[in-house]
Amino acid sequence: MELYLQTLANGISLGSLYALIAIGYTMVYGILRLINFAHADLLMVAGYIAFYGIMVFALPWWFSFLIAIALTALLGVSIEKIAYRPLRNAPRISVLISAIGVSFLLENLGIVAIGARPKSFPRPEELVWNIKLGDISFLSLTVIIPIVTLLLLVAVTYMVNKTKTGTAMRAVSRDFETASLMAVDVNKVVSTTFLVGSSLAAVGGILYSLQYPQIDPLMGVFPGLKCFIAAVMGGIGSIPGAMLGGFILGMGEVFLVAFMPELSGYRDAFAFVILIFILLFKPTGILGENVVEKV
Amino acid sequence: MLKIEDLHVYYGGIHALKGITMEVPENKIVTLVGANGAGKSTTLRAISSLVQPTQGKITFHGEDITKTKTADIVKKGITLVPEGRRIFANLTVLENINMGAFARNDKDGIKKDIQRIYEMFPRLKEREWQAAGTLSGGEQQMLAIGRALMSRPAVLMMDEPSLGLAPLLVKEVFRIIKEIYSQGMTILLIEQNATAALQVADYGYVLETGNIVLQGPGKELAANDEVKRAYLGKA
Ligand SMILES: Nc1ncnc2c1ncn2[C@@H]1O[C@H](COP(=O)(O)OP(=O)(O)O)[C@@H](O)[C@H]1O
Ligand SMILES: [Mg+2]
Repeated sequence: MELYLQTLANGISLGSLYALIAIGYTMVYGILRLINFAHADLLMVAGYIAFYGIMVFALPWWFSFLIAIALTALLGVSIEKIAYRPLRNAPRISVLISAIGVSFLLENLGIVAIGARPKSFPRPEELVWNIKLGDISFLSLTVIIPIVTLLLLVAVTYMVNKTKTGTAMRAVSRDFETASLMAVDVNKVVSTTFLVGSSLAAVGGILYSLQYPQIDPLMGVFPGLKCFIAAVMGGIGSIPGAMLGGFILGMGEVFLVAFMPELSGYRDAFAFVILIFILLFKPTGILGENVVEKV
Repeated sequence: MLKIEDLHVYYGGIHALKGITMEVPENKIVTLVGANGAGKSTTLRAISSLVQPTQGKITFHGEDITKTKTADIVKKGITLVPEGRRIFANLTVLENINMGAFARNDKDGIKKDIQRIYEMFPRLKEREWQAAGTLSGGEQQMLAIGRALMSRPAVLMMDEPSLGLAPLLVKEVFRIIKEIYSQGMTILLIEQNATAALQVADYGYVLETGNIVLQGPGKELAANDEVKRAYLGKA
């Protein structure tokens, strides 16, 4: 029973983390029909900025985290401006290659500038402590991560569905040209999308660094891939889908490791097996777009 | 009020508009007729800056708007109801209507205008919360027109609003065009239904492979033998 509860808590925690990161993939895909490979590396960038803020500049952790989020968001917006926008009318494969290029650039820049050796991420004691509940004990993060995530998911859902900016985002994701005929500045809307997605990735990257306090220039690759798979599983382009996919994947991974420890070596493969099944049996994902359209 | 001088548009190697000069005076209905591929849509798309002309000039109230961005053209008062309606299928009917008012900030004015649109198109009110993609073709056209009116345009451009609609609905579309016009709107209308369009229009232009080959008051053109033979399918 304890093991079950503990695993459930861990699953929720990892699942919400995946959900947070998966939203960035799905939002960018929804608007540009682009798999933003560089999204994964934003986790790493946020982790390093937070690390340097605390360890080198001796900033309070919360301030360092805020700066990390702001700079990562700025980087995400700049990547779109520099690497994707000039290719707006190019074949989609060109933009995809550009995205892979940016991803490699960030990773190798990290290796060259910072070094490939992992650094240990600081865990502020106000944020990370041990909670004992009867026989089970767990890290405060197990509770903090889902709460932070939940708040952000609610905020994003509200923004996209209820605000003017969010409505414009959905309109642009459907039809750039007609949105511009509504006096929408399409470039601004695309930038906002990257701003939101990258901020969430930054929060995800920081929480991930706290949870697994070893950061290195390639740390974003696996969680990034998994969150991309989560987004595909939920139905890429769908925000609730990305949340659902993230939870299922995180939960599945944790349960796999807990209850079939002999398979724990395949922990990372789990996501790919799911991806293959999804692509085979429901390529549009669980909540994939299904708007009826009459002509 | 809206003037086009010697407009040339290319799509790669295709010379789609070969020097078009035309004018839309205030408070008139002007129509552009011509066969498929003549360049009608291209003309409207050039006015909205959805395509860039290589030569020529577009002015609005005397101001050069040839290179103005699409969103700013809408803000200046020229709105296009695009070919094929192009409603946002994933948005609700009300959200579509609100998108039309994107550049506006006068909450009360917007509310009033939405009421006006609903009076003009009661079907839209009934379907306010429905995804627009679930509307019928006729309802989608009403939505596209209503959405465009929400920007409070000075000039309303419509690209084949009756395309693909049942005859009864085509009549309804023309009734609406006349109603909007009677409220003081300036209209630039494209129609494949040339007879009906020339009947309502104050002035008409006949377009043929990127050139204006004939022009004149609507009813005169409708009576012109050459036009009848070529576009109205009558001998
Ligand atoms: N996006 C495009 N790319 C290439 N050629 C185009 C494009 N749009 C229109 N054309 C060509 O330009 C010409 C005029 O088209 P259009 O303005 O759509 O005509 P109309 O609206 O009168 O039917 C046609 O020969 C058409 O094939
Ligand atoms: Mg056309």
